[in-house]
Amino acid sequence: MFHKTISELAAGLRKKAYSSEELTHCFLERIERFDGQLNSLITLTAEQALDQARAADRRLSTGAAETLTGIPYLHKDIFCTQGVRTSCGSRMLDNFIAPYDATVSEKLKAAGAVMLGKTNMDEFAMGSSNETSFYGPVKNPWDPERVPGGSSGGSAAAVAARLAPLATGTDTGGSIRQPAALCGVTGIKPTYGRVSRYGMIAFASSLDQAGVFAASAADAAPLLQAMSGFDPRDSTSLERPLENYSAGLEQDLAGLTIGLPKEYFGEGLDAGVAAAVAAAVEEYRRLGAEIRDISLPNAALAVPAYYVVAPAECSSNLSRMDGVRFGYRCDDPRDLEDLYVRSRGEGFGPEVKRRILVGTYALSAGYYDAYYLKAQQVRRLIRDDFVRAFAEVDVILSPTAPAPAFRLGEKAGDPVSMYLSDIYTIAVNLAGLPALSLPAGFVDGLPVGLQLIGNYFAESRLLNVAHRYQQVSDWHRRLPAGFDA
Amino acid sequence: MSLDKEAVGRIAHLARLGVDAGEFERYASNLSDILAFVEQLEQVDTEGVAPMAHPLDACQRLRPDEVTESDQRDQFQQIAPRVEAGLYLVPKVIE
Repeated sequence: MFHKTISELAAGLRKKAYSSEELTHCFLERIERFDGQLNSLITLTAEQALDQARAADRRLSTGAAETLTGIPYLHKDIFCTQGVRTSCGSRMLDNFIAPYDATVSEKLKAAGAVMLGKTNMDEFAMGSSNETSFYGPVKNPWDPERVPGGSSGGSAAAVAARLAPLATGTDTGGSIRQPAALCGVTGIKPTYGRVSRYGMIAFASSLDQAGVFAASAADAAPLLQAMSGFDPRDSTSLERPLENYSAGLEQDLAGLTIGLPKEYFGEGLDAGVAAAVAAAVEEYRRLGAEIRDISLPNAALAVPAYYVVAPAECSSNLSRMDGVRFGYRCDDPRDLEDLYVRSRGEGFGPEVKRRILVGTYALSAGYYDAYYLKAQQVRRLIRDDFVRAFAEVDVILSPTAPAPAFRLGEKAGDPVSMYLSDIYTIAVNLAGLPALSLPAGFVDGLPVGLQLIGNYFAESRLLNVAHRYQQVSDWHRRLPAGFDA
Repeated sequence: MSLDKEAVGRIAHLARLGVDAGEFERYASNLSDILAFVEQLEQVDTEGVAPMAHPLDACQRLRPDEVTESDQRDQFQQIAPRVEAGLYLVPKVIE
């Protein structure tokens, strides 16, 4: 059953070929069998999942079901889930049982989807390798010596190993697309403001956006559909009608213009990745797309601007973790200051501390204009590059990551080199655009990701462009050895 | 910009963030690397460029000034480290 697409699963549930309870058992068994090797879950919610599955079966038999009713999924442990631990990968929230549901959690419950558990992630979503998690690193199912990418590494690895057909993620600088690329699955991050951030633990509020992991673009569409939409509880949510993401999948690509930004194909790009991407470009040409070279002149400024904006916002957002109202509290505080200092010092790991320190410095008296304000100005220049590019092309195509999955520990001691693994994904967040990563081949047995960037609200078009490629390729159907039975 | 151990100490104090004495050196070196890396931004001419707060330049939405939340204090305090009579407890602040 784990090979089936979402539309096949939904049809099987309706035909009563199997029940949601059976389907849920199938994936719970896979988790039990394989997750010891991967460490992709922080919390398994088997009992609740079976309850939700039985409720879904009742709903299916009344005919009042939606596409996702009875379909199992895994939820990134950054989304608040009422009554279930929501750790955000941190010791700070190891004891945090969320008192309410995030809007995304609420919407997926309402759709009747079955939550199997909460996935491992870099601490507070800060990392590109899943190595900063308090719960230990996730292993890449294609090679257990390698990282799955991050920060949504657990969700990506779990879908790659088909421990669940679908998983949620969040993407602040590439945290859906980069792990999707490194694990060989499809991941989409929609336009900033499309999915509510309410109850999604904040890292950098002007960049954070939730999205989806699936085996294919066609599978991703219904989950993204169920999560998206205006939410008055998120002050940056956008009031704009929702498209039907599955309806446009089959649209012909004749006449589509694809731009290749020369800045994304330069120095630092692995030759094998470049070759896989070039082959995909040829496939798109055969599918009728017109390929054009374009330029995003400020591309090189994206990573430095991000490493001002993101830490600044994180230092502010994480100030709420103070040992008073929820989360970790140190033993025997001497006074209030000691309570704050030690609770935060003991509760946060090294990468989170690094970013809080950088952000605090960038926002401190006398430095605000030089760092944060300057970075926000550069951010506009980066966005304007994309606005100009989208006047000429419909979609921008690039590699998702400069190289396939790196080894565990390889970049752990060098923050700047770790930050550069997101070199092709970060600008999209600064501009607030939607983007998708899909499998486009292998280098030495490791998956290669292809990134498609769309104009604002072009999620449907991105899913369509990815889907047409997936109809003529089978990279997305391959499973890592050992997980294929 | 290069930061020394004393600067890390000052920043950690501003953030109320405990950093072990043995870690100051490493953070000073990490932070200096990161700041050196972001210093490329200084070379960019941003004269007259408006800082970008929201990608779609959306502005803050207002809502009617009405009470829409119910009182959930007891539920929220269940997850607090220490509470008493509806209050969050912290070490004594005023002698």
